[in-house]
Amino acid sequence: MSERPLLEARGLNTYYGASHVLRSVDFHVGRGETVSLLGRNGMGKTTLMRSLMGLVVPKSGDIRFAGVEVRGWRPSAIARAGVGFVPEGRGIFPNLTVEENLVFAEREGADGRRDWTREAVLDLFPRLAERRTNWGNQLSGGEQQMLTIGRALMSNPSLLLVDEATEGLAPLVRDDIWRTLRLIADRGVAIVVVDKNLDDVVKLCRRHIILVKGQIVFEGDTRALAANDDFVRSQLGL
Amino acid sequence: MSLVLVQILNGLQYGLLLFLAASGLTLVFGILGVINLAHGSFYMLGAYLAVTLTAQFGDIFVALAVGIPLAFVFGAAIEWLFIRHLYKRDHLQQVLLTFALILVFKEVQQTLWGNHPLSIPTPSYLSSSISLTPDLGYPVYRFALMGICVALALAMMFVIQRTRVGRLIRAAESNPEMVEALGYDSRILYRMVFAAGVALAAAAGILAAPIESAYPGIGDRVLIISFVIVVIGGIGSIRGAFLGALLIGLADAFGKVFVPEFSSVLIYAVMALILVVRPSGLFGRA
Repeated sequence: MSERPLLEARGLNTYYGASHVLRSVDFHVGRGETVSLLGRNGMGKTTLMRSLMGLVVPKSGDIRFAGVEVRGWRPSAIARAGVGFVPEGRGIFPNLTVEENLVFAEREGADGRRDWTREAVLDLFPRLAERRTNWGNQLSGGEQQMLTIGRALMSNPSLLLVDEATEGLAPLVRDDIWRTLRLIADRGVAIVVVDKNLDDVVKLCRRHIILVKGQIVFEGDTRALAANDDFVRSQLGL
Repeated sequence: MSLVLVQILNGLQYGLLLFLAASGLTLVFGILGVINLAHGSFYMLGAYLAVTLTAQFGDIFVALAVGIPLAFVFGAAIEWLFIRHLYKRDHLQQVLLTFALILVFKEVQQTLWGNHPLSIPTPSYLSSSISLTPDLGYPVYRFALMGICVALALAMMFVIQRTRVGRLIRAAESNPEMVEALGYDSRILYRMVFAAGVALAAAAGILAAPIESAYPGIGDRVLIISFVIVVIGGIGSIRGAFLGALLIGLADAFGKVFVPEFSSVLIYAVMALILVVRPSGLFGRA
């Protein structure tokens, strides 16, 4: 057995009220690994991301991050342990400037790394550099998405959770986002993405997971995904 | 002419005091999402702190300097004991608990200070008047009070616009979940915001005490007017609270003199008018 995964979740059961959303999900991400979470709407992808981030607390199961049990921790503690979060719907602060949004999250990583400085992030997103004094709500959808990713990087995370980063964006902007995520992954940050664009997802992620009604029905690398094309497409409604 | 000038000054002075009280209420409502009916009690607390601390230290400004931190600590304790349990509950439960706090604070006030109005001396060095026209003087203390309120308002705006704490407050106002997900423990932020709101209301009560004296129920009217100001300004907006407070201060001062028979409804008429034009208040987000 090689080294332990960066993130390891076992037997996660998450409820929203009486509704049982995640059913005994086992999930792991290695250091620097890129993983996709696929599935139709309402299958539990976002709930899994929110459970990992501590925004909903699973009723049972374990979540270990960097070897430490974090289930039941506050999201702020999980963030400080090294998890960056790019939520569905972006979640920028509209009443803060671009610069303020970035500075807000500025922090040395849990392992003491400071790879992602303001300069490094603005190098990665030149569009944001041009807009640094604009308010968050003055940005286009694509720029807001870049800001959300850039802001998450400012905390120097070892894992980035990216939920539907390209939804509703123009194709050129989408390409830009995927290219940037690739660059981020190349610098050693593990990434979990939730996205509907299978063709784009396979360019970034090495391993893929399909969730159906809160359960994992497929897990495999890109080759296995291609080999089970009919099954995959039927599960994803493509 | 002098009457108009005096009412402008009275209106500004009253408005600035109201701003201190309402700014705390708007922060608590806007960020914590809590309807705090006990906010007027913290104004009352300020007025009675002024009685005790002025008796102790001999000067209202020393009372202010000591009273603000005391009220802040008291506010943090109230948040920890009671308010934090309300964040995930509905408005009805918030109203019930904070109303219960009003009753408790009233009992405590009566036990500690009694039922009679207590006056607080204006500092002797500020007890004179400034002549604005040959036949019109205006008390120096009221000018000093306005100066302090303006200074506190500017300080608050500086903190909110220019500092790290201010960034946190603005961010929490727009997206509290993301603040938490970016590594900030919102429990501490909420406690500090609530405590600051209490300290601001108490500061207003302390400053008003030499003009109004301290009496039971002093906070009740302030509570209602503060809510009016929060609604006029837009929930969570400090700028809105500032403009709304001045507007209400002036409307109240002029109403009492020029349309006394309508003065008690005038501020509500102003609120209704503003809500017709801007349903989310002057600076509220739709």
